[in-house]
Amino acid sequence: MSNKYQSWKEIFSFVDFRTKKGYNLNINVTVVTIEVIYVNEIEFKEVSYSSFGKEILKNISVKFEGGAIHTIVGPSGAGKSTLIKLINRLIDPTHGSILIDGVDVKTIDVIDLRRRIGMVFQQPHLFEGTVKENIEYGPMLKGEKNINVEYYLSIAGLNSEYATRDVKSLSGGEQQRVSIARTLANNPETLLLDEPTSALDPTSTEIVEKLIFNLKEKMNLTIIWITHNMEQAKRIGDYTVLLNKGQLIEYAKTYDFFTNPQNEITKLFIQGKLKEEVK
Amino acid sequence: MSVLSLTLASSLVLISIFVSYYQKLGIEKEIVIGTIRAVVQLTIVGYILHYIFAANSALFTLAMVTLMIVVAGNNASKRGKGIPNVFYFITFSIALSAAITISLLILFGNIHFRPQEVIPVSGMIVGNSMVASGLAVSRLKDEIKNKSEEIEAYLSLGATSRQAAQKVIKTAIKTGMIPTVYSMKTLGIVQLPGMMTGLILGGVDPIDAVKYQIMVAFMLASTVAISCFSVTFLTYREFFTSNHQLKEVGN
Repeated sequence: MSNKYQSWKEIFSFVDFRTKKGYNLNINVTVVTIEVIYVNEIEFKEVSYSSFGKEILKNISVKFEGGAIHTIVGPSGAGKSTLIKLINRLIDPTHGSILIDGVDVKTIDVIDLRRRIGMVFQQPHLFEGTVKENIEYGPMLKGEKNINVEYYLSIAGLNSEYATRDVKSLSGGEQQRVSIARTLANNPETLLLDEPTSALDPTSTEIVEKLIFNLKEKMNLTIIWITHNMEQAKRIGDYTVLLNKGQLIEYAKTYDFFTNPQNEITKLFIQGKLKEEVK
Repeated sequence: MSVLSLTLASSLVLISIFVSYYQKLGIEKEIVIGTIRAVVQLTIVGYILHYIFAANSALFTLAMVTLMIVVAGNNASKRGKGIPNVFYFITFSIALSAAITISLLILFGNIHFRPQEVIPVSGMIVGNSMVASGLAVSRLKDEIKNKSEEIEAYLSLGATSRQAAQKVIKTAIKTGMIPTVYSMKTLGIVQLPGMMTGLILGGVDPIDAVKYQIMVAFMLASTVAISCFSVTFLTYREFFTSNHQLKEVGN
């Protein structure tokens, strides 16, 4: 399916990048009706990032195909979180550029960019108040009122009774689902997930995994998911990336990555023999 | 008070030196240096004030107040070490709180623009402003450092720097203001404030002294609010880039 969208994107690359997903622009060309859907392919071009003189990412070049789940694995301190923060411009690269569907992220209004690229963190970081207030936060910032909170709750697998609950009364798993619903309320086209299940129990982890998988299937979101858990990467990833000491070691289809790794470091990582980077 | 009785009173310092020596606190040297500095500084200030009061010059009065503000700004900015321009932000905030509060006191007829009144009142304002803005800046720095991921969670939902920092700004302002608000609650019960004590010792009727002290309490409430508000809103921007990114700030 993604290949079809890919070619559409190439044909209609002139279409305004900011057109919302779900708007589905219909263009009538004599007798043929063509539907344009956004692909959100994310490309890193020779990207490096340094902080306080230390090089965290070194010359990363990679293309994340749109509408797929890409899992990022690697030891602690490998630069995984840094890599995804570059996409929604929580930080900017020291060198190189990041393109979304061929457009440099630096040319897009940063607030607009972050609304289009949702991010979920390891901790839910919910604000004090009710679930409803949390979900309304993003839309409220852009002046949207009376959004359909129940709809976003239902996507996150929570029933409408949750809306009025105080976030303090929720379990860790429920909080993380509210955090995902809050991110989805901005109607993002891409999701960046920084170990969203690492603090959750196995049942909650499974619920979140299914939820994210459904988002990809039904809404064609591009998802970049950092995980420490190799089994999780195998379960959910279409593609897997290995980072080590700030370098991209291997990027392949998840099945190939785990069954036929091309790099010696990948082999060591899969065997659990790759040491963690000492910060 | 005669010079002889003041000299005899200096023996009180020996008690603190003895305690330090006996308990091996190792601060005898600090006590001696502190005592000498206090005596020298106060003596110099006494002579300067004596001269300024006699000259009754607006220029000298303003120069003295400016000096107080700059010294206070320099002192308080140590609490925001590592934050760019923090000295200017704190000094400006102290100056702003002093300017507004003193202007209002003169306008309301509480004090007159005379060195004898403006300088001591400014001293109290600047001193409290210094402590409050130092506390606010230090708390702001700690909060941003400790809550960086939470701030980034707000930013990634499309919040501006200002919106993302709203919670830490509130905490910082509150931290700066709380000591003054709490001390107002116990004023006159737990502590007889310096100004009132001084007036009573100087022979002023306690009822009149109390009037001045009430004015001081009102004045300090406004002072710390203005300085904390100003310094926090000026400083938080230093933690963000123009693209609403949280900067990495070293220690």
